[in-house]
Amino acid sequence: MDKRLSTLAEAVSRIPDGATVMIGGFGGSGAPVELIHALIDHGARGLTVVNNNAGNGHVGLAALIEQGRVDKLICSFPRSADPQVFTEAYLAGKIQLELVPQGTLAERIRAGGAGIPAFYTPTGFGTDLAEGKPVEEFDGRSYVRERWLKADFALIKAELADSHGNLTYRMAARNFNPLMAMAAETTIVQATRIVELGGIDPEQVVTPGIFVSHVVEVADAAQEEMLNRAEAVYP
Amino acid sequence: MSDIQDIKLSNAQIAWRAAQDIEDGAYVNLGIGFPEMVARFQPEGRQAIFHTENGVLDFGKAPEKGEEDWDCINAGKKAITIKPGTAFFHHADSFAMVRGGHLDVAILGAYEVAQSGDLANWSTGKGGVPAVGGAMDLVHGAKRVAVLTDHVTKTGGPKLVEACTLPLTGVGCVTRVYTSLAVVDIEDGHFVLREKIPAISLDELQAVTGARLHLDGAVGELIAPEELA
Repeated sequence: MDKRLSTLAEAVSRIPDGATVMIGGFGGSGAPVELIHALIDHGARGLTVVNNNAGNGHVGLAALIEQGRVDKLICSFPRSADPQVFTEAYLAGKIQLELVPQGTLAERIRAGGAGIPAFYTPTGFGTDLAEGKPVEEFDGRSYVRERWLKADFALIKAELADSHGNLTYRMAARNFNPLMAMAAETTIVQATRIVELGGIDPEQVVTPGIFVSHVVEVADAAQEEMLNRAEAVYP
Repeated sequence: MSDIQDIKLSNAQIAWRAAQDIEDGAYVNLGIGFPEMVARFQPEGRQAIFHTENGVLDFGKAPEKGEEDWDCINAGKKAITIKPGTAFFHHADSFAMVRGGHLDVAILGAYEVAQSGDLANWSTGKGGVPAVGGAMDLVHGAKRVAVLTDHVTKTGGPKLVEACTLPLTGVGCVTRVYTSLAVVDIEDGHFVLREKIPAISLDELQAVTGARLHLDGAVGELIAPEELA
């Protein structure tokens, strides 16, 4: 078994129009910028994207939105230092937004990957974001029922990967990545370094390879923050 | 009464007062912006452990300019540093810490707080792009949910009210409010006045509060360090 691919283009080539794509990251940390840019080059449209945010500047997720590829965004916080791309698309009615509280978003993705179709959470009870959702009382407190969230593809940024797809992450770049890796039919990973089997201490594996479909090495991955400081625009 | 603007506590003084209630070893989440200031005023000899929603416990100070590592940020997407004792974890674990009752204190800002403990702090209800982040999660699960706020709005209207008019963040979730004029607990659907600044009388404070302030024993004097004014 060898999940390594040599190019990002090959890795994203099977993402069809209309796919639901989870994209890891919290703001720029852990965002798989090169995979997103490969998806832009690939050309799939009409996507539903799941991410915590809505992009920043004109690179990564913001560029995917700017290119008109995203029909719907499921996220918790569609604001950033430079949210112009999403804001304009949203106010022009060109993109749908499903706003989800951050912890609920994480748990819905985790549930999707874990085969749990729904769960109850106190988050959002009595607020606009729980409108229309079933409510049940447990031990005297009210909870909102939330559904799992699954995707056709997940785009993930990891630190180390091996050919089985075992992954580690770097610092706070972990965030949504391990959850999304579990919740997609096909999980595509860009890793800063691909090592030989045995090159990751089994005690240090965060995402076991069973959740991963393909890994591609991107040695000098860009940081969204640095691209934005340089006022980069993709493509 | 002098103009409220002249006698009220500064944001730093409000943050200082909130910091006095955080015990040694407490696990604490500070909301983005104003609440983050609380970390500066930890009393001597006490060490709280701070949690940030994007997956870090016990982080260090902001790095020097030019030394930022953009894989190491807080929920406000500002660069932070690690220190001995730091832990990283994924988002589902991070919010398990929040909802699972593992945090001792969550401190947030507010547009409005109701006497029932309802909080409105995420949406002004006007158009634009709605964004909630982790606010709705953070108000559930922490043993104490405290709010830092000016006592009145910029136009002088009350922020402590009978019932919120803006979209709610959470129902019956706030336990204590630190304002620019007072410290108020929420108990059994009432505001209970614990402390007020000496420059304002009870009647004057009640006049700028949108719901009845109940008394439960003596009202303490709210005095914060002058140098933070």
